[in-house]
Amino acid sequence: MMILKILFRNAFHNKLRSGLTILGIAVAILAFGLLRTVISSWYAGVEAASTSRLVTRNAISIIFTLPISYNEKIRQIEGVKMVSYGNWFGGVYINEKNFFPNFCVEPRTYLEIYPEFVLSPAEKKTFLADRKGFVAGRKLAAKYGWKIGDAVTLKGTIYPGNWDFVLRGIYKGRDDTTDETQFYFHWDYLNETIKKASSQMAGQVGFYMIAITRPDLAADVALAVDKTFKNSLAETLTETEKAFNQGFIAMSGAIVTAIQMVSFVVIIIIMAVVANTMAMTTRERIGDYAIMKTLGFGGRDITVLIFGESLVITLAGCLTGMILTFPAAAAFGHALETFFPIFIVSTETLYLDVLAAILIGCLAAIIPTRQAIRIGIADGLRRIG
Amino acid sequence: MAEQKQNIVEIRHLYKAYHRGSLVVPVLYDITFDIVAGEFLALMGPSGSGKTTLLNLLAGIDKADEGSIRVGDMDITALSETELAHWRANHVGFIFQFYNLIPVLKAIENVELPLHLTSLSKKERRDHAEMALRMVGLDHRMDHYPKELSGGEQQRVAIARAIVTDPTILVADEPTGDLDRVSAEEILAMMERLNAEMGKTIIMVTHDPRAAQRAKILRHLDKGYLTDDDSQNPL
Repeated sequence: MMILKILFRNAFHNKLRSGLTILGIAVAILAFGLLRTVISSWYAGVEAASTSRLVTRNAISIIFTLPISYNEKIRQIEGVKMVSYGNWFGGVYINEKNFFPNFCVEPRTYLEIYPEFVLSPAEKKTFLADRKGFVAGRKLAAKYGWKIGDAVTLKGTIYPGNWDFVLRGIYKGRDDTTDETQFYFHWDYLNETIKKASSQMAGQVGFYMIAITRPDLAADVALAVDKTFKNSLAETLTETEKAFNQGFIAMSGAIVTAIQMVSFVVIIIIMAVVANTMAMTTRERIGDYAIMKTLGFGGRDITVLIFGESLVITLAGCLTGMILTFPAAAAFGHALETFFPIFIVSTETLYLDVLAAILIGCLAAIIPTRQAIRIGIADGLRRIG
Repeated sequence: MAEQKQNIVEIRHLYKAYHRGSLVVPVLYDITFDIVAGEFLALMGPSGSGKTTLLNLLAGIDKADEGSIRVGDMDITALSETELAHWRANHVGFIFQFYNLIPVLKAIENVELPLHLTSLSKKERRDHAEMALRMVGLDHRMDHYPKELSGGEQQRVAIARAIVTDPTILVADEPTGDLDRVSAEEILAMMERLNAEMGKTIIMVTHDPRAAQRAKILRHLDKGYLTDDDSQNPL
């Protein structure tokens, strides 16, 4: 008990040094937490993916389309519950700075397949009835101040011209991981418009979303879909929604790796800072430890004192950093919500914070403890005065 | 017939050298003498004569290269580090020149500290520590931290800490070396009382003749040798 008392009082004896060290650890934990959250948000689409949804795209590349006629054939495959389809529209709102994902989809089936997009029955009815209608996620509508009935124009980048829409619904995410920054409108509106300009471009979809009856059928259904269109002009590649989303992340794998490395470098730097603090502290207290050894306390007591002090400081910094991570992540997520629509500090990140703090605390204490234990009592006492 | 007092410390053919890399610096040569129970002995000598080293050896905080030291019925030169730590906790009380109190502990907690190595209960520890502080006249300052006490008061707390375990011997290394004259007198008077009234065996290292004259026995060390025979204090 007395050892614990000494340990805690030692930790905060030099208030300025302890305070600055705790602040340094807090900033490092904050940076570590934010970087880990960036990585988590990168994978948010993968995490949010359903195990009972498949994505079918052109086997050559996502940028090539598939004929709308595949819809009926896919529906007939055993294990398929429902099929929807859509295209990446790539429209720009006012200018390029206002980026958000926008798709044209077959709205009835799409909303069925994605029950996590929660729309009121009235809004759903008016959206389905209005070919120029669109729905937007809650965060997207809030960002631009859109209200139901507002007219919004997107400038087409893939499909040229100005495209006028009317906001018919604002969806909310059922789960924390549901993206609330997306923009959906009718595939028919796009198809009929481009048919007038070029009939060759009409009747094409970018992807099919397939709801399957049971998750364990995913492999069989995917195989059956691709087999159906084997040796056709547009062969397909069908995979789970998770695998499809992971494919996108793999394209930016180097960035994710770089962020991961930076997050660990932050930890290594702060480890050096804490080790330096503990080395200074132990050097100053070598006399105190010598007195305790003189009185009969052993190496185990000295180890508990030094490791304990190091852990108290790092865990205090960790706790401060963890508390700061939440408002910082909220501000960061708000500022970049179109790039990182799901920016939530995960439980795993908090566990990693604590683990990193314990690791820093222990590693920083090893050498000072060794020095304090090894020094002879007489040598230690000579340093007093 | 005069009462035959028992030796509490027996030092035989003690040799100690410090090793600085390949350099061997002898500090003590063939030291042999006894200390009788209830004695108040002062070790004097110039700087570098080896008096603090000798004190450290017989207090069990340093190891001799040759020779033996018996304190009570224990040959402490045969003990391991762990056994020595246990022995020190039970048999030696320390008083240092710079008081050596733990700065983050209050006076009462500093006195209580060695009792944490005993089997006493929390209440018993507190009672013992309060009694020790009362004996040195500092019971009214038990909740003060060392930095809130004067040098003399800190040394009195150190004495309370040294006697709280009722040790076999008290060792004091220049106990008045960092004190003003008045405080030094108080501390020496207190040590005298501990010796006279409580029968504590005290071994004190000093180069201050005023401190040495309080001891009953005076021993001189010079360049690692004892230079006089066992004698009553001529000061």
